Amino acid sequence: MKNRKFELPFHIVKRDTMPLWKSLAVRVAAIVISLLLCSVLSVLLINKSPLVFFETMFKAVFSRDILIWQFAKDTAVLLCIALAITPAFRMRFWNIGAEGQTLIGALAAVTVAFYLGESLPNGILLIVMFAAAVLAGGLWGFLPAVFKAKWNANETLFTLMMNYVAMELVNFCISVWVQSGSGVLTPLSVGHLPTVLNSYFLLIAIVLVITVIIHIYLRQTKQGYEISVVGESENTARYVGIEVNKVIIRTMIISGAICGIAGFLIVGALDHTVSAESTVGGLGFIAIMVSWLAKFNPLAMIGTSAFITFLRRGTKNLAIRAAFPDIVVGTVLFFIIGCEFFINYKIKFRKANTTDKGGKA
Amino acid sequence: MNPFLDYLLNAISLGMTFLLGCTGEILTEKVGHLNLGIPGIMSVGGACGCIALKLMYGSNIPPALILIISILASFVGGLLMGAIYSFLTVSLKANQNVTGLAMTTFGVGVTKFIMSEFSVKNAHQFLYALEYFRFPFAKNETALKYWGVMLYLAVIIALVTSFVLSRTRVGLHLRAVGENPAAADAVGINVTLYKYGSTCIGSGIAALGGLYYIMNYMGSAEAYKRIESLGWLAVALVIFSLWKPHLSIIASTLFGMLYIAGTRLPTLLGIKIDTSAIYLFQMLPYVVTIIVLIISSIRNKKENQPPASLGLPYFREER
Repeated sequence: MKNRKFELPFHIVKRDTMPLWKSLAVRVAAIVISLLLCSVLSVLLINKSPLVFFETMFKAVFSRDILIWQFAKDTAVLLCIALAITPAFRMRFWNIGAEGQTLIGALAAVTVAFYLGESLPNGILLIVMFAAAVLAGGLWGFLPAVFKAKWNANETLFTLMMNYVAMELVNFCISVWVQSGSGVLTPLSVGHLPTVLNSYFLLIAIVLVITVIIHIYLRQTKQGYEISVVGESENTARYVGIEVNKVIIRTMIISGAICGIAGFLIVGALDHTVSAESTVGGLGFIAIMVSWLAKFNPLAMIGTSAFITFLRRGTKNLAIRAAFPDIVVGTVLFFIIGCEFFINYKIKFRKANTTDKGGKA
Repeated sequence: MNPFLDYLLNAISLGMTFLLGCTGEILTEKVGHLNLGIPGIMSVGGACGCIALKLMYGSNIPPALILIISILASFVGGLLMGAIYSFLTVSLKANQNVTGLAMTTFGVGVTKFIMSEFSVKNAHQFLYALEYFRFPFAKNETALKYWGVMLYLAVIIALVTSFVLSRTRVGLHLRAVGENPAAADAVGINVTLYKYGSTCIGSGIAALGGLYYIMNYMGSAEAYKRIESLGWLAVALVIFSLWKPHLSIIASTLFGMLYIAGTRLPTLLGIKIDTSAIYLFQMLPYVVTIIVLIISSIRNKKENQPPASLGLPYFREER
């Protein structure tokens, strides 16, 4: 009696790999439950019935052609940033600086357009903008990588701080450029990407091409394989003769450079200006979850980024009060994060008579 | 008042926002959990405190009680957020980074949703309590007016946390869980209980930072918008102060000084700078954090390292 300790009526064991359909079913169930909870929240918080909640969501995304195009555009931008951080994440390098890497890419593109816009023909200008954005993004990825590789400096906080450095740089540049002191740079008339079909199509096409390239890079090339090995175990990687430091730095430059491309696309195809708050607007953080939800698989990321974008766009006009989309996305994410447990582990309930064996066995 | 003293007093009072967030995060990290949800938790803490104040608006509850209730409301708000986080990361063994970021998205969203109800017009529904929070210097015209009740509370919490962590049995167990949960489990420490307790209380303490910033420092209806970026600095401050709450009292003062350097230093030194240079000054806290990060990793001293199991989930059957 005195050695008896309180024991939970169940214990947890690790599963073998679950069949794909089953794990998908768990995830879908989690999403359905979370959406039901969100509809309850919509009744409680914004006084809209669940039916209206779902109806408004679908209407807000799919009811008109232009809305579908905008949905596709938002998905593509989010997808591009998610793709960018994926190589780093597969390497277990927690790059949460996509926000800053994208922003600095956008800033570089705008800077080029601002100073060289008059003197260069549009085609060459776009190429220079692209190059500047890639270099700037790459630099923002390179800095934390070097210190991680050489001295094991914490990359999570380093990349996070770089976000704010990028933001203040943007604020600084704008206050130099805009003499009125309004802090808003009016959209530039130069450096626009050509319009194919409509202003979104080219952007979407480019991102899809990047998706395929990243997929092939990660799955089919030696460098992609090296990334996976470093991610699994740095010691194994060293043992088989992979230069870990080189891989870390190279991968982070690629990661930052693709973020730079995202920044270039936002500037060239959509905004034609830059702002510390709204150019990226938190997408850098949401992209991390998009990438993680897709298990760092570039093709699956098309689906996850579309899903998150659907949630965000669908709930945007639901409430007059701001930020309801963030609450919905947050709630859904909690459930998806939580459901991973049921995919990786299973709960075994103890039988009533075996719980008392503590004394003898 | 001497302008430099004014600057210092102001910096210390702003720094307490970081201090509360940082103390909470240290408690969490000491049991091996990197909680990137701190900015969201701090925001929610501010919002919960303001709701409580709004509910008590116009009632005849004595000021001291109003103060205590709103601080408690803020603490409980943080506690609940911490409970979600620890359920996901401790019990369900979810990825800490992703969970934390989702907490921030969620928390900042909830806060915006709540606080957008207080437009500038009806901000008085919670700002009436400003003079209670800024007791006893509410009427003061200098930076001393920010030296209210919660400032002392923040320092006391940091000192107590420091004492508990380094001098008591509970603190020893707590650190053991963070360094090596399997070994702690083997000697009979309830790992799950410590992880839950420390993460939840840590989140509660961090949440106070949000309320402090809104009610004690800024005293405006728009203040909640800045809490997120301050929260990230609080997370960074943990490294800056080497996981020691008593050191973070000094470190957070330094951060406070850097944070307002852009508006204060030029007048203080009597130099005129271009308005755009203010943004370069605002970069300082982040740049300094990066530099400290680099220096501390290059020096690589054993006692200045993060808890060994930081960021790793603990699963008993995988020992």
